Amino acid sequence: MAEKVLMKGNEAIGEAAIQAGCQCFFGYPITPQTEVAAYMSRRMPKIGRVFLQAESEVAAINMVYGAAGSGVRVMTSSSSPGVSLKQEGISYIAGAELPCVIINIVRGGPGLGGIQPAQSDYFQATKGGGHGDYRLVVYAPSSVQEMVDLIQDAFDVADIYRNPVMVMGDGMLGQMMEPVEFKEREAKQLPSKADWAATGLHGRKEHHVINSLFLQPEELEKHNEKLQKKYAEIEKNEVKYEMYNCDGDLDIVLVSYGTVSRICKNVIKMLAKEGLKVGLIRPITLWPFPKKAFEEVVDRTKYGFLSVELSCGQMVEDIELSVKGRKPVNFFGRSGGMVPSPTEIANKVKEIAGGAR
Amino acid sequence: MAHQDIIFAGFGGQGILSMGKFLAYAGMEENLNVSWLPSYGPEMRGGTANCSVIVSDDNIGSPIVYDATTVVVMNRPSLDKFEHSVVKGGLLIIDSDLVNREAERTDIDVIKIPAQKVAEEVGSKKIANMVLLGALVEKTKIVKMESLLKALKEHGKEQFYEMNKKALEKGAEYARK
Amino acid sequence: MAVVFEPTKGLLDVPTHYCPGCTHGIIHRLVAESLEELGVIDKTIGVAPVGCSVLAYNYFACDMHEAAHGRAPAVATGIKRSLPDSVVFTYQGDGDLAAIGTAEIVHAAARGEKITTIFVNNCIYGMTGGQMAPTTLPGQVTETSPYGRDVKLQGHPIRVSEMLSTLDGAVYVERVSVDSVANVLKAKKAIKKAFELQIEGKGFTFVEVLSICPTNWGLSPRESIKWLQDNMIPYYPLGVKKDITQQEVK
Ligand SMILES: Cc1ncc(C[n+]2csc(CCOP(=O)(O)OP(=O)(O)O)c2C)c(N)n1
Ligand code: SF4
Repeated sequence: MAEKVLMKGNEAIGEAAIQAGCQCFFGYPITPQTEVAAYMSRRMPKIGRVFLQAESEVAAINMVYGAAGSGVRVMTSSSSPGVSLKQEGISYIAGAELPCVIINIVRGGPGLGGIQPAQSDYFQATKGGGHGDYRLVVYAPSSVQEMVDLIQDAFDVADIYRNPVMVMGDGMLGQMMEPVEFKEREAKQLPSKADWAATGLHGRKEHHVINSLFLQPEELEKHNEKLQKKYAEIEKNEVKYEMYNCDGDLDIVLVSYGTVSRICKNVIKMLAKEGLKVGLIRPITLWPFPKKAFEEVVDRTKYGFLSVELSCGQMVEDIELSVKGRKPVNFFGRSGGMVPSPTEIANKVKEIAGGAR
Repeated sequence: MAHQDIIFAGFGGQGILSMGKFLAYAGMEENLNVSWLPSYGPEMRGGTANCSVIVSDDNIGSPIVYDATTVVVMNRPSLDKFEHSVVKGGLLIIDSDLVNREAERTDIDVIKIPAQKVAEEVGSKKIANMVLLGALVEKTKIVKMESLLKALKEHGKEQFYEMNKKALEKGAEYARK
Repeated sequence: MAVVFEPTKGLLDVPTHYCPGCTHGIIHRLVAESLEELGVIDKTIGVAPVGCSVLAYNYFACDMHEAAHGRAPAVATGIKRSLPDSVVFTYQGDGDLAAIGTAEIVHAAARGEKITTIFVNNCIYGMTGGQMAPTTLPGQVTETSPYGRDVKLQGHPIRVSEMLSTLDGAVYVERVSVDSVANVLKAKKAIKKAFELQIEGKGFTFVEVLSICPTNWGLSPRESIKWLQDNMIPYYPLGVKKDITQQEVK
């Protein structure tokens, strides 16, 4: 077993990527994720890999496009306003079917917003922030350890499906320190990049083109159908979620992800003492959304569901699409960098369950 | 059950964040679960700094501390802000050299330490944080003093070790009074 | 440095958030005094950047816009084209102007946009905690150039004033510094002149001000001034780079 070390989330992101074989990192400073770039600037040159601070997030994501098309493992990292700037590049990367990992340590928006933790980029991440019919795999870890593990998964999943993968945490996850273990991982059998990467012909007969342009509508439609098939595969294979305290008959099921889900776990313990049986569905992949988790509990949940977010209800639609009107879906959230206290959430639960007992 | 939800608060530059870090390292030393969450952003520039530290033998839920079992304050604004975050029967540790008012709460333990003076006697005002941390560990027994010393040895600056150790011991004496 | 300040109507009477010793405050004052002396506070619209001076909109007494990181010259263009009789300025740091906003500043200058840009060069990203800027000097240690800026890997610093002075739309470009009383006075003269030329409708005007960042340089304010004098001025020579009102300027 590898040793546990106490590490700041942002630095653990860097180390996880290094251990996953990330060859190139391109970034641009922004609070609250700047320590990722600082960590990479210290470590990458020492091990003969590439760290480059780009002149902007637009440049950084296009550097990622270039490196990914060259067949190397590559990552970029930013926070909300910077990730908005990356959207054009992400759309191109998805269109050209290139693997890469994008980190978003989310802060409050819209606009310049603030720098405190938020989850208000849910729509942008899961519904396609850029143009076109594309999807990102989006991981939402709730601890530094899980973030490290998911980043390593993210590189594999990106390679398997030739698709960009985003790991999204709120500002707290980037700033907090927790013990982490960088586990020895079994080397996965991954598809070779040799049949598509543009690395120079080196005697190869057919030239490789990294591209997302299809001027003939028939061809673009065919390309889109191929992408959709791939996304269906991902939906079938890559859904991840946790169900907490969801056995037996339930009063209410909370739905939350990331750091907030940890607050919800405290709430569940608090409410148990008051005789309320509350469960938690914690999506680990935000896309694909864990619809089937809801099937498991919908009939056993008396008062329905409560989405708890650091945003203004962005996850509610996905929950409603999963619950399909069978039970009510409620919402409680704080935004702008405010984080709800367990008591606030508990009060909302009690209100839904018909007042304190 | 070993469990502490702690808030350390003061000005930037007082070693608020490192106080929390050493305690977290000491907790790890004893195989406890730990988390450390700092305040961040431009307010850190010479302004206020605080961090939430949780040390527990149970899984840690939220890393944010709302109801603290212990609060350590190194300036007046921090006392004003966090005095009411201490749970009933909890502990409040005050650097009385820097805080010019008494605690209002009567339902908690209050330890006042002239930490600046004590630290200066030991060697430098800069380690006033260690004096306060010594008192915290002695009073709460959340970790053993040896674990904290080990954490200091492994993660602190070598040349300050002896001085820090003395500061911790001085602080512990205040907690025993 | 002994500079005694009279209050100026160009600034609101509020405390700023700048670090002790930071020269952003002096530069704000020079801009505000110039606007006051020219009697144009009433018709001035300023654009604040993203950087330490992001909150400049709380300090300047004139109307203000807040722009996205680097985009201030584009925002200023929109304002000036809508309200051609107004006086419009941007106030930008080196990350904002010379990294992410390079396209916007170059094209505002090339178009001869009738705005004034105050460019605060402190060789570092202040707001985000001291990362490498496009103006970071060779060998300078920052949070993202921990081994010192290696020009082979991280490229060379950009001398923005020299670069912009090659563009025909720029009518006045000067680099000044606020490291001494004499230089502060020269900086004031340059800033005022830039606004005058804008008011006369001449074209794009630009003043680069060498500034200090004690916090992220890890130096005292006094040491920082010396560091600026010893390191920045040799790399970024002071003086007028372009002035169409003077025939020949080197
Ligand atoms: C799109 C985007 N990227 C990054 C940031 C983060 N950011 C805020 S200020 C800043 C740099 C400021 O440096 P500079 O322009 O040199 O001004 P200074 O703070 O030194 O005055 C950065 C990168 C942001 N707010 N938006
Ligand atoms: S960080 Fe630097 S530039 Fe920003 S206010 Fe402080 S000293 Fe000034």
